[in-house]
Parts: sequence; structure tokens; C-alpha cells
Amino acid sequence: MSSITVLALLPLLGAILLALVPSDNPLRIKQITLAVTVAVAVFTIYIATQFVSSDTSMQFTESREWIPAFGINYSVGLDGLSLVLILMSVLLTPIVVLACWNEAEGGRWSAKVFYMLILVLETMMIGVFIATDVFLFYIIFEAMLIPVYFLIGGYGTGERAAAAVKFLIYSLFGGLLMLASIIGIFVTSRDVLGEPTFDLVALSELHEFISPTTQNLLFLGFFIAFAIKAPLWPLHTWLPDAAKAGTPGTSVLLLGVLDKVGTFGMIRFCISLFPDASKTFTPVIIVLAVISILYGAFLAIGARDLKRLIAYTSISHFGFITMGIFAMTSQSQAGAILYMFNHGFSTAALFIVGGWMIARRGSSTISDFGGLQRVTPVMAWMFFIAGLSSLALPGLSSFVSEFLVLVGTFTRYPVAAVVATFGIVLAALYILIPVQKALHGPTTPGNEELSDLNLREKIAIAPVMAAIIAFGIYPAPLLNIINPAAIEIVERAGFTDPAPTEIVGK
Amino acid sequence: MNTSTSIVYLIALPLFGAIALLLGGRRTNRWGHLLATAMAAGSFFVGLYQLSLMIERPTAERPITQKLFTWISVGDFNVDATLLLDQLSISFVLLITGVGTLIHIYSISYMAEDPDRRRFFAYLNLFIASMLLLVLGDSYLNLYVGWEGVGLASYLLIGFWNKKPAYATASKKAFVMNRVGDMGLSFAIMIAFATLGTTTFAGISEQAGQASEAVMTAIGITLLIAAVGKSAQFPLQAWLGDAMAGPTPVSALIHAATMVTAGVYLIVRSNFVFEAAPTAQLLVIIVGAITLILGALIGTAKDDIKKALAASTMSQIGYMVLGAGLGPAGYAYAIMHLLTHGFFKAGMFLGAGSVMHGMNDEVNMRKYGGLRKFMPITFITFGLGYLAILGVPPFSGFFSKDLIIETAFDSGGLQGPLLGTIALIGAAITAFYMTRVMILTFTGKARWDEDAHPHESPILMWLPMVILSIGSAISGFLFTRGDALKNWLNPAFGIAPGGKVDHLIPPIVVSALALSFVAIGVTLALLMYKREEIEREAPTDVSFLTKLARNDFAQDSINETLFMRPGQSLTNVLVKGDEKVIDGTVRGIGRMAISSGSVLRQTQSGFARSYAALILIGAISMIAGIWVITQ
Repeated sequence: MSSITVLALLPLLGAILLALVPSDNPLRIKQITLAVTVAVAVFTIYIATQFVSSDTSMQFTESREWIPAFGINYSVGLDGLSLVLILMSVLLTPIVVLACWNEAEGGRWSAKVFYMLILVLETMMIGVFIATDVFLFYIIFEAMLIPVYFLIGGYGTGERAAAAVKFLIYSLFGGLLMLASIIGIFVTSRDVLGEPTFDLVALSELHEFISPTTQNLLFLGFFIAFAIKAPLWPLHTWLPDAAKAGTPGTSVLLLGVLDKVGTFGMIRFCISLFPDASKTFTPVIIVLAVISILYGAFLAIGARDLKRLIAYTSISHFGFITMGIFAMTSQSQAGAILYMFNHGFSTAALFIVGGWMIARRGSSTISDFGGLQRVTPVMAWMFFIAGLSSLALPGLSSFVSEFLVLVGTFTRYPVAAVVATFGIVLAALYILIPVQKALHGPTTPGNEELSDLNLREKIAIAPVMAAIIAFGIYPAPLLNIINPAAIEIVERAGFTDPAPTEIVGK
Repeated sequence: MNTSTSIVYLIALPLFGAIALLLGGRRTNRWGHLLATAMAAGSFFVGLYQLSLMIERPTAERPITQKLFTWISVGDFNVDATLLLDQLSISFVLLITGVGTLIHIYSISYMAEDPDRRRFFAYLNLFIASMLLLVLGDSYLNLYVGWEGVGLASYLLIGFWNKKPAYATASKKAFVMNRVGDMGLSFAIMIAFATLGTTTFAGISEQAGQASEAVMTAIGITLLIAAVGKSAQFPLQAWLGDAMAGPTPVSALIHAATMVTAGVYLIVRSNFVFEAAPTAQLLVIIVGAITLILGALIGTAKDDIKKALAASTMSQIGYMVLGAGLGPAGYAYAIMHLLTHGFFKAGMFLGAGSVMHGMNDEVNMRKYGGLRKFMPITFITFGLGYLAILGVPPFSGFFSKDLIIETAFDSGGLQGPLLGTIALIGAAITAFYMTRVMILTFTGKARWDEDAHPHESPILMWLPMVILSIGSAISGFLFTRGDALKNWLNPAFGIAPGGKVDHLIPPIVVSALALSFVAIGVTLALLMYKREEIEREAPTDVSFLTKLARNDFAQDSINETLFMRPGQSLTNVLVKGDEKVIDGTVRGIGRMAISSGSVLRQTQSGFARSYAALILIGAISMIAGIWVITQ
């Protein structure tokens, strides 16, 4: 058994272990969950040290026959792209568990169910990134909806049921289109290759044999599903509702990890399987991405609710990621992948600290806060640094990725890059407006007695802050993993980086 | 180029101070300010040591670099964290750490009563570290980190007393307007990489020759946008006046002596860009000329002493930008004026702080008067700064400003006399508003509030003022002795020594002209403010121009009309549209699909649960079915 299969199964084993613990002992349940998630994180770091970053083929591969009649296998493997995303996911999970220690309270079901859902979800988060069989990916992609649905609908706040349904219907709609494409792949691979297959490597040859129309249709099935997940404008309206209704921890996993499955899928499936169709649709996608960047930013500026604001900033950030992916230069691609990692941490910081503020104040309306810098200085600082990371201040991790996306996009699509750059001014507004309203000014009534962060909360947020700062100054450890993968993606799609225009031929 | 291993200490010391004070929290309250001051001073001494080494080396070997690590490297995009210490950056290093240390010392006393003094010193150290990174980076991307770092420090310090909503708004305004400028820097880096394949100064300088003028113009204009934002030049000047919300030592260090001059540094550092892009260079000149007049006019109408000095800063930086735009002949003089301005303006701001300290933080000069007798040291040091900014010989401004005016006259064609005249008129207006400040503050009858008890400030405050006033008095003379500063700096701009300039007007005549313009300004101010009784309330029956100048030439209304209100409307439309149109469409489709919306609403939660159960059952039965079939 490959060590990544073991890794994926670890949280599931943890969930089974939890099932054996009596549900009237929530503390024990939390401790076990934390221990399991930390173990998973440590094991992942060990795997990362064994990973050979210069090798761009899949590593730690394992393949077992599953449903031979349909050519479906249990196939998994790890490359730079999936490793970085798994690292992000498994590092965030214990942080979420620790930061949101009391989140299961007020839910419809017990804390035991909550943490079992979290652990099951973690297994799926790892599985979805390591799957190298398209059908296996699809199954996990769809199955992930279930724990998230129950996490939002069962433990969220406000109109949690409605938001959960909205999330579900959107996702199912996307999943349906993807299923159609999966069936299409089954049929075409059977016709072209003689026998059906869902193997990524085998399928990457498929595009040479099928008509552009077929390729375009298959591409769209995947792309729309991923664009809903990512989410790309105008398929985004489920996200703010889901983020507002979900607990902060759920929102971190939803925006930080699950949405990345969308942008991950765009690279892994849309571009690798259908490079020609990708080229066809790239102009449209770049436009939608730029719209997302600005649109998300404007809606964040106009947001009155803290959680919705953070959700809108993510729509803007996902616009950057999508633009970087499809601009198809090594800088933009590496920037987009790094962006996925960094966004996980900066959004986690915003949601976790924002969640603490909301829990203490009993309201998520921004104007209910005020003067927190004087009442709760540590919490205010954490929120401020998280905000600076969201606005991509140089020196923090998000700057590196955002600038790589912009500079890489500029070399191929200068207009898109220039328009997208206006997003950095809007970002200053959507962060500094809530910072001013919530942290500065006189302390508004109802905030005088709020307590500052306790030790558990400080321990939980410290690694997030450390990652935001450390990878801003020294991103090399991540880029060393990402670069070969990114360059491989760009080359396999048939692109080379534009040469400096003024140097050519002189 | 020679390498070094010790440049990084310049930045590391104040950075350590900032981190120690921020992470140390209240535990460091007792000695935090001392640590921060020691770090700034330590950095200054490292700078002096580096200078002594640099002087020893032959001219060609003076610039040194230190590569710290590879920062970002993807494909052909390689950015090292490398520091470059050359004649230009060492000049800035000494200004930043020298004036910076004095202002740390001053602040120990000035902020003594503030419960958050430690946090203030942490921000000051953070600023020093960022500003040093700005001037020491060897590429535009390294500079960018310092560039936004000083923006952050400026934001934190303007909003230091952000309990007042107006101050919090001022800090936000400064950051956002600076970001508009920063966008320009982003563009410049993108263009440089896409066209020349590099972002380092040395790399672009090397390629500049073979690049088309269009490309260099694009880089030049985008760099100018960045400079305009950071240096509060027209049309991105509106944040500087509001930035006076910060504690006065901040206004002295950041919003007078150092950060706001970063735009000048950027233009001069990018000399190879602007020399290859005449259009961009002309725009630099135009921006400088407009701002030097605009700032001076605003200065004539302000009653708030800090806002009058802020307007003056804008105007003086206009001179520097003009000098930088004049090309190789002007670079050294722009930097010289930047350095002398660093002395006299920081000194005057500290003087203003000293006055406020004695007057219950009153900033309205109409409520001052006659303070000369009560604050003799403040009066004398401020007075030396006054003589320097006017350009009275032999004080520093006389040398640095006259050289810019001279170079403007010599810039050829019709442009020369035009720019020279503008610079002369600017000097006259400067003399007017500064004389007004002197009269209103230090002479005449006392117009104080009843509870004011003006007194001289303690030694920790007046000592830095004295040192800066000595600099204001003699630095110009020292810089120009044997063209010392010019000969020192010019190799950094790739300008060969020697070369004779043909003067349009002999320098002595320019000096005479400048002095007579100054005399006109002083006389007018004396006539207007010395003879009459000054009212405690600003008169309202004033000319249209005065009203306009008091209102900063409607800069805020213009920005609000052109950008803020349309932006707000767009935001409102998008917020409503997102809910009504996009989400509405989706909901509509959903309703159609399920045929009845009311059914959905009534049974929503139950519906969802059964739906979820359905996919679960569906998924399981599908897998089971497939498994059965394939057996």
C-alpha cells in the first residue's frame, strides 16, 4: 500500500475511533481529533521530505483494479501540485480544530458527529488531490458534499438550512455536468483506445484523436463544475450564503480547501485532458477571471457582514488564481498554485479571527464592532495582519503569489493583467474599511467587556501567522516543489514563456 | 561589483527593535523607547562606518552589494534579495538613520505621557527598517517591499491616535492613495520584465540602450505615477495634509524628511529610464512645476501650523522633482535639496511640535503669538530653518534651491526661462507663507487660550532641534564646497566628472533674482500680518483664491466627484445586482426546475435532508450496481 493511501485513510480511522468514544465526553473527542489531525500533518510533512521535486511524474503511485469492466481503478499518485495542496489542507485541519474548539456547541447534533464529519472530510480532501483515476476523483468530488452539507446545515448559524441547500444544489448541478463529461470520456476512450479507461496518463493522449466539438463539450462539463466550486463569476452566489451560515471552521475548510478543488481540477483535468479546448476557451475564462477579481472586490467593499465580506474577498482571489492558471506562463502557473496555498492561510486567518470576534460580540455585522484595538489588542492585531495578507502586502506570502500571477499574465495578456492590478487598490479598501470600523475609533457600546485571545487561541493562530510571514520572505521551499510541476503543466499544454520583447533578435 | 556581508545590519537593527517591542508587549514598556532609539542610532553608526569604507575605495569600486538569498525564482523571473549600497543609497541611509535617531530622541520626551509610547517606537523602528530597505534594494521588486513597508508604517503612525474617527480616516486615505501610486510601480515592474526580462536597476540600465523609446516611456510614466503617490505630488497630493493627524515627530520624519521624498529617490535612481524617455522626463518636470506652485499657494492660506508646513513640504518636493526631471544636470541638486530639506523641514516640524507641547496641543497659529520670549530655543532653531528654506545666504537652502533654479534656467529652449520663472515665483510664495508662519507664531501679541502656559521644551526635545538647525545652517555650504556632493553622487548616475555648463544667466544673477523674489515675499507678508491685529478666528470675507487655497484647491471634492462617489454608486449597484439579478436568476431557474417555489420554501429543511439522503443512497447503489455487474 502506498504511503499516500495510508495517509488518506488515517483520518478515516480516526473517525472510526471517535465512533467508539461515548458522546458525553466532548473533551476526549476533541483531544482525539486534534491528535489524529496533528499526526496526519506530521506524516504529510514526512512524505514531503521523501518527495523528489525535480521528478515531474506521479510519485508514491498505487493502482488497483476496481471495476475492470469500465476500466475504473483505484489509482493514486502525488506530484508537486497535489503535494502543495495536501500540505495546505492537512496543516489547516488541526489549526481549525484547535481554533474553533467550541464550534460544535449549538449544533443540531453532538460534538462527536461534528468531529467525525471533519475527519471524514479530511480523508476526502486528501483523496481528491491524490486521485489519478478520473472516476475515483469524481466519486470523491461528489461525496465531499455530504460532510460539508451536514457541517453547514447542522452546526451553522442563521439560515443554515437554506444556505446548505443552496450549496448542495449548485454543487450537484456542476457534478451532473461533470458526470456527463465522465460518461463522454468513457465512450470516447472506449471508441478511440479500444477499451474504456479513466487513467489520467492514458487519457492525456485522448485529445489527439477526438473532434474539437467533442473536446469542447467534454471540457465544458468539467470546467463549469470547477468554476462553480472555485467559484468564478457569475456562478458564485452560493458562496457568501454558505460562508455566512457555516461555522468559521467550516468556512475555513470550505473556502480554504474545498474551493481549491475547483482550481485544482481546472489544472489537473481541464488543461491536461483537453489542451486544445482550453486554448479555445481561454479568452472567455480570462475575462471571467478579471471580472471576478474586480466584482468580488467591489462586493467586499459593499459588504456589511464580516463573513460575507471575507467570502467576497475570496471570489476576488479565486479570480487571480483562475487568471494565473489560464494565462499559461510558468510565472502565472506557479503563482496560481502558490496562491492556492497562501490563500488557504490568509483566509483561514481572516475567518478564524473574524469568527472569534463574532462569537464574542454575538453579531457578524461590521458596524456592531468598534475600537477593538483598545479592548482586545492581540485579537485586533491578528485580524489586521490577516487583512494585510489578504491585500497582499509585500513581505507577506500572498504578495509573492499575487505578483507572480500578475507579472506572468502580463507577458501574455497585458490588458487583463493591467485591469486586474486595479484590484490591489480595491483590496486596500475592502480591508481597511472593516479594519477602521471594527478596530479603530471609539469603543462602541457592547464591546467594552470583550475578552482578548486566550492561550489556546494564541497557539492556534500562531502557526498561521508564521506561515503568512515566513513564506512571504522565503517562499523557496514551496516554489521548489511548485516550479517543476508548473513548468511541466505549461509545457505539456504546448506553451512556452514569451521572451522579453525588446531583447529578441537584437 | 564588490560584495559585502555587513550591509544587512543597517536594516536588521531597527527591524529587530520593531519585532522585539511588538512581540514583547507591555513587558517592554519601561525600556522599549530606549531600545528603539539605540537600534536607530546603531544603524546610523553602521552607516557612518560604511561611509568611511566607501570613501577609502576608488570611485569605480564604491558601490557594493550583498546577496542575502534568492527571494522569488520561477522560470526566467529571478529576484534575489540583494542589497545595493552606493553613493546614492549611503546618502539616504545617513539621512534616514541620522534624522531618524534625532527624532527617536525627541519622541522619548514628546510621547512621554502617552500610554502607548512603546507601540509608537515600534512603529518608528519599523519605518526606519522599511525605508532603509527601500533605498537599499537592488531591484524594483526589492524596492517595492520597502515602498509598501513605509506605507504601512505611515498608515500605522498617521492613525496612531485612531480613536478619533477623523484620524483613522486620514490613515486609510493615505494608504489607499499610496496604493494608487503603488499600482504604477507594479506596472513598471511588469513592463520591465515583459520587455527587458529583468527587474534589477543594473539589468534595466544595461538594456535601456536597445529598448524602444515607447517601452522606456511606458516604464517612465508608470514609475512617475508611483513617485507622485508616495511624494504627494499633483494629482495624488490630497493625503499629505490629512496625514498631519499623526504625532508631530512622525510628520517630521516620515511626512517631511524621508518617506515623502522616496518619489524623488525613485526618479533619480531610475535615471537610465528617464534619459531614454524624453516624454516621461517632461512629465516629471511638469508635475514638479505644478506641485511647487500648488503647494506653496496652499501654504499661504493654512492657519494650522502643521498643515502649512505640510503644504510647504509638497512644494519643496516639487522643487526636487523638477530638479530630477531636468536630467543629469539636476540629479545631484535634487538630492542636495532633499538632504538640506531633510534638515530644515524636520527641524521646523520638531519646532512646531515643541510649540504645540507648550500650548496644549493647539495647532491654530491664530491662537499663538509672541512665543519668541517664552520659547527662545524653539524660536532660534525654527528661525534658522526659516532662513534656510527661504534661501538666505549662507544657509543651506540658498545653495540647494538656487542650484535647482539655475539648472531650470539652463535647461534650454523656451522651457528654461519658463521653468526658471516658475521656480522663482515659488520662492517668493515660499518666503511669504513662511514669514507668515513666523509672524503668527513667534511675534506680535499673545492670542492664546486662557489655559495656555507656554514654556520651553525639555532638553531631549530641544537638543535634536539644535542639531538639525545646525544642519539647516551649514549643510548647503558643505555640500557645495568644491562641488563635493555633486562629485560624490554623479558616478552613481553614470555621469563622468568635469564638463562645463553654459549658463543662460550667470549664477550670481540668478541668486540676486532669487533673493529679490524672496524679499518681495517677505515684504508682502510683513505688510499684511505685521501691521494689522491678527484675529483669533480666520476672517471669512476673503478672496476667492484664498478660499480655494484654504480648501486645498478643492482636491477632496474633485477626488470625491471623480472617484469616490462613482465608486460608491457602482458598489451599491453591484451589491443590489448581485442579489437581485445574478442570484435572482439562479433562484428563478431553481424555482422553474422544481415548478413551485412555495413548496420549496415550506419544506426546505426536510427537502434538503431527503435530497442529501438521496445522493447518498444513489451513490451507494450506483457503486453497488457497478460492482454486481462486473463480478
